[in-house]
Amino acid sequence: MSDHNYTPKSKFGKWFNDRLPLLSLANHLTDYPTPKNLNYWWTFGGILTFCLITQIVTGLILAMHYIAHADLAFESVEHIMRNVNYGWLIRYVHANGASMFFLAVYIHIFRSLYYGSYKSPREIIWILGMIIYILMMAAAFMGYVLPWGQMSFWGATVITNLFSAIPLVGESIVTWLWGGYSVDNPTLTRFFSLHYLIPFLILGLVVLHIWALHVPGNNNPIGIDLKKPSNDTVPFHPYIVVKDLFALLLFLIVFAFFVFYSPNILGHADNYIEANPLVTPAHIVPEWYLLPFYAILRSVPDKLLGVVAMFAAIFVLVILPWLDTSKVRSAIFRPLYKQFYWFLVADVLILGYVGAMPAEGLYLLVARIATAYYFLHFLVILPVLGLKEKTLEVPLSLTEPVLGGSPNQAMARSKKEIS
Amino acid sequence: MRSLKSLLLFLVISIYSYNGTAAERSHELLSPGWSFKGFFGKFDRASLQRGYQVYTEVCAACHSMKYLSYRNLSEAGGPEFSVEQAKIIASQFELTDGPNSDGEMFTRVARLSDNFVGPYENIQAATAANGGAYPPDMSVLVKARKGGADYIYSLLLGYEEAPEGISLDDGVYYNKYMAGNKIKMSNPLSEGIVTYIDGTEATEDQMARDITSFLAWAAEPHLEARHKIGFRAIIYLIIMTVLVYFSMKKLWSRIESKI
Amino acid sequence: MSEEKKTNRRDFIFTASYALGAVGVGAAVWPLVDQMNPDASVKALASTEVDISGVEVGQSITVLWRGKPVFIRRRTSEEIAKAKDVKIDDLPHPETDEDRAKNPEWLVMLGVCTHLGCVPLGDKGEYGGWFCPCHGSHYDTSGRIRKGPAPTNMEVPKYEFVDSNTIKIG
Repeated sequence: MSDHNYTPKSKFGKWFNDRLPLLSLANHLTDYPTPKNLNYWWTFGGILTFCLITQIVTGLILAMHYIAHADLAFESVEHIMRNVNYGWLIRYVHANGASMFFLAVYIHIFRSLYYGSYKSPREIIWILGMIIYILMMAAAFMGYVLPWGQMSFWGATVITNLFSAIPLVGESIVTWLWGGYSVDNPTLTRFFSLHYLIPFLILGLVVLHIWALHVPGNNNPIGIDLKKPSNDTVPFHPYIVVKDLFALLLFLIVFAFFVFYSPNILGHADNYIEANPLVTPAHIVPEWYLLPFYAILRSVPDKLLGVVAMFAAIFVLVILPWLDTSKVRSAIFRPLYKQFYWFLVADVLILGYVGAMPAEGLYLLVARIATAYYFLHFLVILPVLGLKEKTLEVPLSLTEPVLGGSPNQAMARSKKEIS
Repeated sequence: MRSLKSLLLFLVISIYSYNGTAAERSHELLSPGWSFKGFFGKFDRASLQRGYQVYTEVCAACHSMKYLSYRNLSEAGGPEFSVEQAKIIASQFELTDGPNSDGEMFTRVARLSDNFVGPYENIQAATAANGGAYPPDMSVLVKARKGGADYIYSLLLGYEEAPEGISLDDGVYYNKYMAGNKIKMSNPLSEGIVTYIDGTEATEDQMARDITSFLAWAAEPHLEARHKIGFRAIIYLIIMTVLVYFSMKKLWSRIESKI
Repeated sequence: MSEEKKTNRRDFIFTASYALGAVGVGAAVWPLVDQMNPDASVKALASTEVDISGVEVGQSITVLWRGKPVFIRRRTSEEIAKAKDVKIDDLPHPETDEDRAKNPEWLVMLGVCTHLGCVPLGDKGEYGGWFCPCHGSHYDTSGRIRKGPAPTNMEVPKYEFVDSNTIKIG
């Protein structure tokens, strides 16, 4: 950690801080120099922290009333909804909170993709983020199983069955995951345990994620390195705190609309039917935030290769810092990359849509094209762009003009798009 | 850039609007309008009480509602029968309790604290008694079907003669809105099958509305509280957002130039 | 002059934000706390009706109420007499039998020893009432502590006769 020269004001504070430097930490976080040109896409880290705390608090309360047993789970959720004081509110916050959590994480990730926040020297922050994302998906998947509705049961069956694609040991792994010969009570109870555990793993990783961030400091919309502290930065408190709070409140308004007026719109009606191993729903679909991966999985006709493709889709994201060869960080100065970025956004939205549709006919064709394009973007377009793209001139600082004098189109354009 | 964005937007929207492969085209649902929909939606007490009557006299012969309790009938936000009325309703049902101190199970009259007594001992008995088709428990049925209240209402009014070329087995009926169009429940409603206590004319449409409202309440007994608290919460959040926005502007105005 | 004005206005917006924010946080926290209070299904079982038609004179039954045992005893005339024939001031926890059993034939009380919570045994002990085997408390025919470490008499819950055959407890 960098040297702070911070002395607490009170005697007790000094005594305590000498033994456990919490006050120095608080001081660091307060004074932490943050670029002053950050736009609202940068507020989602704070929003995500709020989402994590919300899920942990509501989750731990639900766990006081939920019964993790196949015979009682569905009933216990209804008990929460009907009898527990404000149970309906806590349950709807937790269920919709998961969706809001993913909405925020996708915006956060796509911010990084646009502004090159994953590039050197921030690769570890990016990888930690990817691990957090994977754990989020695991936690969400297992959480969805807990109410033991039809989608809970059949979603669990489909996804755990994927592992049987692994040659030689696949079947044994699936039996091991299930704790039996099909998804049943042992599966439910272990999913409950792991679902409770994972958010705390995520919490730890978030601490590392922020710690790693504080080494180089935040990226910013024009992607240049800033001297910290300087005229180009502001202390985190109060400037960024109040801005994050403002963004959080807007986010909460959206959240509140879902919780209070459309609490089931993001879910699936079939999950209000109790799990029945003898009846398979007409269409098994995961929650919306897993749909793009579901589409990729189903677009490959071979079972094992479908699983490989699904994991590969995440893997290409993990190795992104090394796939993108461009020396320029921000898409603001990368006109070609910017177009391909928007193609990728459209591609992911399309994948999400076809993931919810039956895997046949035109939907399947579109899914295959979109899957192919997804990998093309990361494995071909990015590496090539980095080498071939003619980038715009990047300014040297926020406030000083570009060295070399004459008024510069890049500078003008960057000024227009930075706020 | 503009045109690229519009092109992509168009592409995404057209793909999202494509409504392809449904094998049998299910018809668009009837949407009569519900008092409980919308930001200020509330249940119509009289309709809920009539709906309860329809449930008891028509549906309860086959359909359980195991997550409902007799006390719910007198709680705020629902049909709001009086506590006395709810007690009397409960006392019309008997259930098995026990074992007693002799180790035997016994029957007793239902109390407010008991859950609705169902027509069958268990799911298997219900299935066997209904030609292999289990009459689903209706506690959360409105949430368990795509289309919700509109779907239930439409289905109840959606019985008609099977079109040309479709043959129905014994005990199977044609319904416009059922997935697959074949349903094993015969049309449960017919004009005047119930004589409403409050004197309302029991047309099929009226009964369909009332039972659907009742089922909608049964699935979401706290809907009114949810709407009320939601309204206050959102107003509060809007006010806080405005206050914090101005605080933020005040604060940031200290920095001379913002790029 | 204008500096002062600026400060006042700035303070106001911040103060207003903090104040309203605190209200919001409080309102949000309340459900998280209240959810641990007894839920509706538990509260519905807060009272219980007991059929006493089968209880003979000199017989006791034990029922479960709010998770605890309740002794309902139909006392004999000897037991009632014994309960009344007592110097109230001599009792470790002075209570008249009339105060404990409005209808002297029926004694209704929580079958929980007031020492550390064990269930006392009936028709035992030196006072004709109950004896708690855990640490040796003796209760009389009115359920009052006479000897032993228990500090107070066995608790009489709120109850009433709904009719001659039914007692509602709670």
